[in-house]
Amino acid sequence: MLTDDERREIEREVENCVNRREACVEALKVIQRSRGWVADDQLRGLSDILDMTPEELDSVATFYPLIFRRPVGRHVILICDSVSCWVMGYEDLLRHLKSSLGIGLGGTTTDGRFTFLPVACLGACDRAPAMMVDDELHTDLTREKIDDILRRYP
Amino acid sequence: MAERPLTGDIRPGVMPDISAYESAGGYEALRKAVSGMSPEDVRKAVTDSNLRGRGGAGFPTGQKWSFVPPGEAASLQKYFIVNADEMEPGTFKDRLLLECNPHQVIEGAILGAYAIGAGRAYIFLRWEYRLAERRLREAMAEAMEKNYLGKNILGSGFSLELRIHTSAGRYICGEETALLNAMEGRRAIPRAKPPFPQVCGLWGRPTIVNNTETAANIPPIIRNGPSWFHGLSLTEDAGTKLYGVSGRVKRPGVWELPMGTTIRELLEGHAGGMREEYRFRGVIPGGASTDFLVEEHLDVKMDYGSVQKAGSRLGTGMMIILDDRTCPVGMVHSIIRFMARESCGWCTPCREGLPWLEKILNALETGDGRPSDIELLEEHTRLLGPGNTYCALAPGAVEPLQSGLRFFREDFERHIREKRCPWR
Ligand SMILES: Cc1cc2nc3c(=O)[nH]c(=O)nc-3n(C[C@H](O)[C@H](O)[C@H](O)COP(=O)(O)O)c2cc1C
Ligand code: SF4
Ligand code: FES
Repeated sequence: MLTDDERREIEREVENCVNRREACVEALKVIQRSRGWVADDQLRGLSDILDMTPEELDSVATFYPLIFRRPVGRHVILICDSVSCWVMGYEDLLRHLKSSLGIGLGGTTTDGRFTFLPVACLGACDRAPAMMVDDELHTDLTREKIDDILRRYP
Repeated sequence: MAERPLTGDIRPGVMPDISAYESAGGYEALRKAVSGMSPEDVRKAVTDSNLRGRGGAGFPTGQKWSFVPPGEAASLQKYFIVNADEMEPGTFKDRLLLECNPHQVIEGAILGAYAIGAGRAYIFLRWEYRLAERRLREAMAEAMEKNYLGKNILGSGFSLELRIHTSAGRYICGEETALLNAMEGRRAIPRAKPPFPQVCGLWGRPTIVNNTETAANIPPIIRNGPSWFHGLSLTEDAGTKLYGVSGRVKRPGVWELPMGTTIRELLEGHAGGMREEYRFRGVIPGGASTDFLVEEHLDVKMDYGSVQKAGSRLGTGMMIILDDRTCPVGMVHSIIRFMARESCGWCTPCREGLPWLEKILNALETGDGRPSDIELLEEHTRLLGPGNTYCALAPGAVEPLQSGLRFFREDFERHIREKRCPWR
């Protein structure tokens, strides 16, 4: 179930909404911020606050690639696989990341350090190829640059 | 230098605080509107300015606003939404405005809301724009403090609550009716139209959704007037436009230029031409969902009418360059793969057709293409074309494919003949 802090933060969101369910995406993010991902149990807890069934909440949660319904690593790598990055060398970087991390897209390293996911065009195509790690944008990527960047995320 | 009302005051790396924005004339338009113009006057100025939507479809903004029901129904709650979901591959223009000129986007939202009589406005922002969110929140707090937002704005009696809705990924959320479902806490599939959002939008109330760049154009139009706005352009479509170039050019980037700047000037003048050892082969002119243009089109003016006459669309005005060392089939494959993943799955042609196209293109790339595949690809461009789906994702997805098949047919055929991708 939800913690008191989570409930309070979600209720604060709801107060500013026209209808309770409007707060749904934000509420899912509140849970995800404190726990890393959203489990069935928390969907049930959320269901009472938002007047939505757990099934409805699940259908919304699973619609969004950035709401995680499974545990993820300590850091999430989002690599842009859209067309400008593709032109600028995405495929080579993908190979490099796969072999350095030892996982494919959608995977999590066995030490729980990284989860590796694709993302839509990051709006940084003039600095392609691009990726995000957690909240940070990294651009003009090369194999060497990626090695440096990964070292910064323990 | 030509006037740049959207980006002229942006200093690289500097977050403009409210006093910098004000001393460059910021919030003057709002002051002018709430003290001396009726909402109808604001609507008329925007209509006369000929501003067209910068989100991709190019719909005239004033006309869109005019569909909001007047009279009796005018007492209903209404909503004004700025679309800052920017996820169209190859597009990075709204990011610049949101990060470096957030006050102008906010002022645009306030004026838009005033014009249609909305009491509540939203900025629908993609999660990945973290810096933009921080700056928008700071700017909103500053605007609140100055009473440009909130209750009884500048003593006018007009009140507005502005909120940010931060999304959680998925390209389809930028489609304006999918966006409304997303905001209502539902799965973000588009809605059947009619009814259009202008009449029945968020929570069933009249709602306007405008692109970020569209919104940022409103304050200068109100401040300087429609004829000034016409004067900024080189063609019949008014104003300036944020244009961008990405791909193997010397200086990729985004620039605010007079509407109607040619592809050649953008490519050679602003982007510095192709990089050493790369030659130009083609360009997708307005984000991934627009048709390829080629060498013979370099002198086409980048405005709505001219690009359409050339066989493509202005779209977002952000060009992606195909060079001679990049496989055109692979480039189309990258776009179709993206679209197949992002399809919301509501209509059959899109849900089933895009993954099928993806498989065929993948086969071509890996040496398993068959001669009949070309015909199959062509048939799909018709089946997924306009009129067969609830939204424009599928028709947009097949635009680069249909023109790719026309301009780079020999490359498609070579993949099949040689049973491999010649570029790998
Ligand atoms: C799949 C899809 C994605 C879209 N994404 C965006 C977007 O991220 N930003 C945007 O402004 N418009 C987007 N649009 C266009 C919107 O539906 C809508 O036309 C636009 O926001 C209207 O604003 P405008 O009239 O100011 O151009 C998208 C359309 C489709 C079909
Ligand atoms: S065209 Fe595709 S994205 Fe648009 S509504 Fe249909 S299935 Fe969804
Ligand atoms: S295509 Fe990768 S940032 Fe735009």
